[in-house]
Amino acid sequence: MNSKRSSLSDQSFGLMLLSPAFAFLLVIAVYPIFRVLWLSLLTQNLGTGLQPRFSGFDNYVRAFSDGHFHQTLANTCLFAFAAVSVELVLGLFFALLLRRSFRGRTAARTIALLPWALPTAVLALAWVWIFNDQFGVLNDLLLRLHLLEKPVAWLGRGDTAMFAVIFADVWKTTPFMMIILLAGLQNIDRGLYEAGRIDGANAWQQFFFITLPLLVPSIMLATLFRFLQSFGIFDLIYVMTGGGPGGATETVAIYSYNTFLRYLDFGYGAALIVITFLIMAGIAIVIYWPLSRARGAPSA
Amino acid sequence: MKRWLFYLLIWIAVAFCLAPFLWQIITSLKSDAAITAVPVSYYPAEATGRHYAELFQRKPFARYLWNSFFISTVSTFLCVGFASLAAYAIARLRVRGSRIFLGLLVAIAFFPPVIFFYPLYEMVRATGTANHSIALIVPYVTFNLPFATLVLAAFFRGVPLDIEEAARVDGFSRWQLLLHIILPLAAPAVATTALLTFINCWNEFLLALTFMTGDSAKTVTAGIASLSGGSSFQIPWGAISAAVVVSTLPLIVMVVLFQRRIVEGLTAGAAKG
Repeated sequence: MNSKRSSLSDQSFGLMLLSPAFAFLLVIAVYPIFRVLWLSLLTQNLGTGLQPRFSGFDNYVRAFSDGHFHQTLANTCLFAFAAVSVELVLGLFFALLLRRSFRGRTAARTIALLPWALPTAVLALAWVWIFNDQFGVLNDLLLRLHLLEKPVAWLGRGDTAMFAVIFADVWKTTPFMMIILLAGLQNIDRGLYEAGRIDGANAWQQFFFITLPLLVPSIMLATLFRFLQSFGIFDLIYVMTGGGPGGATETVAIYSYNTFLRYLDFGYGAALIVITFLIMAGIAIVIYWPLSRARGAPSA
Repeated sequence: MKRWLFYLLIWIAVAFCLAPFLWQIITSLKSDAAITAVPVSYYPAEATGRHYAELFQRKPFARYLWNSFFISTVSTFLCVGFASLAAYAIARLRVRGSRIFLGLLVAIAFFPPVIFFYPLYEMVRATGTANHSIALIVPYVTFNLPFATLVLAAFFRGVPLDIEEAARVDGFSRWQLLLHIILPLAAPAVATTALLTFINCWNEFLLALTFMTGDSAKTVTAGIASLSGGSSFQIPWGAISAAVVVSTLPLIVMVVLFQRRIVEGLTAGAAKG
């Protein structure tokens, strides 16, 4: 039907509808990206009296030999890979449990959703309290169970602090993984399991030959989302350790935040962010591009 | 799997999710002496509401809550409004340029938030809007647009075309059709996106921390992080746990009431992203 009863054409009405959202995106999201790119080519810090001076790729060269930056980059990679892989295993486990029907399933699903919905920065404080060396409940439990002989200053040592922030992140974001995987599980045709049983497949075989292969698109989607998020992690670590002790848990997001607001080194802070983003995008493409080609899975 | 084993695993999973939060509740009800008792006491001999009272007396905590509520509500309202309009255009109108818009939406969603904070900080300073709610509302609207628009567009595509045709035949104008027919039909999807947007705004930390430095302008996330400041010897754990409990309560209520909708929204968002 082509009844153009109304005075507006699709084109002008559509543009009218798109324009508020478009304006917000342009000014608040697109402009900052270009601003950061431009800023990364300037030197603007205490040395230049906070005046911008064009310096080409100087900031990038500087980052190349900045040991602290390399350290934070390594921390970020460790954090992202450890957190996302544990979350994947745990999230899959929770999803398989909550897929069955049982009394109280709705209540269990609601509770499992809670950690995801609560504010990270606030719950980070809850974890600081749990990991407290003197009065923390974790030390107390481990001492009572005789798994520890004396209290551990979890957030006071580099390796245990990294463990603590990863643990807290796993708690916080496993629900997200679970929800996406649960949705994927519910799309699997029940008839396949029926057929599998008739062919004599046991529970493990059903899992490895039916569930897992069909879940690959959901797994890729969920891990990609989580990888991008965890690579830019800020709030959890900022509140739990501030990047300490001695930079042991400092991620690139925290380093660049400090470079901007504490060291007032704006050009360099921008360069750090650009490099980080490129590395993140690179890893994501290397991991997910071949997989998405091979599987024909939904791409972004 | 054995039945008892299954239930045991469920209980372990549930305990894992709840334990940190329950521990905050218990801590918040203990006296200061009980909080710093070694070994730890797991059931306070007597519960006290002192830390909750303290929270509202010593720090403008009610103010933080109101700021979070106001900023999140206004941002959600604007975001879902703009997203509905844009989503309808994407789903139902043939607009040249809408593919560019769509590409932009998806691309923005992939950038980590830390990329945006400094240029936005410059803008906030240039416009003198630090410590004003608009400094957070504008970015909150923007950064929730991709998710909201994509989910709503998916929903609009599912609305049968005959409904629109019928309304046009009945003489509805384009705006009337959108506002009186399509949006009411989309109410469930609008509610889902609004819930998730609200949760995102309530939980945002980086921009709130940077733009809201005045005590009366802070949102709960920024305000609570500043509670722990001060000397490391006198961290007020009682007050902090009370703050954690109070600031998460609104979200817990939302999750309990709207669990199904939130799950739908998350799944749809991931699938569309």
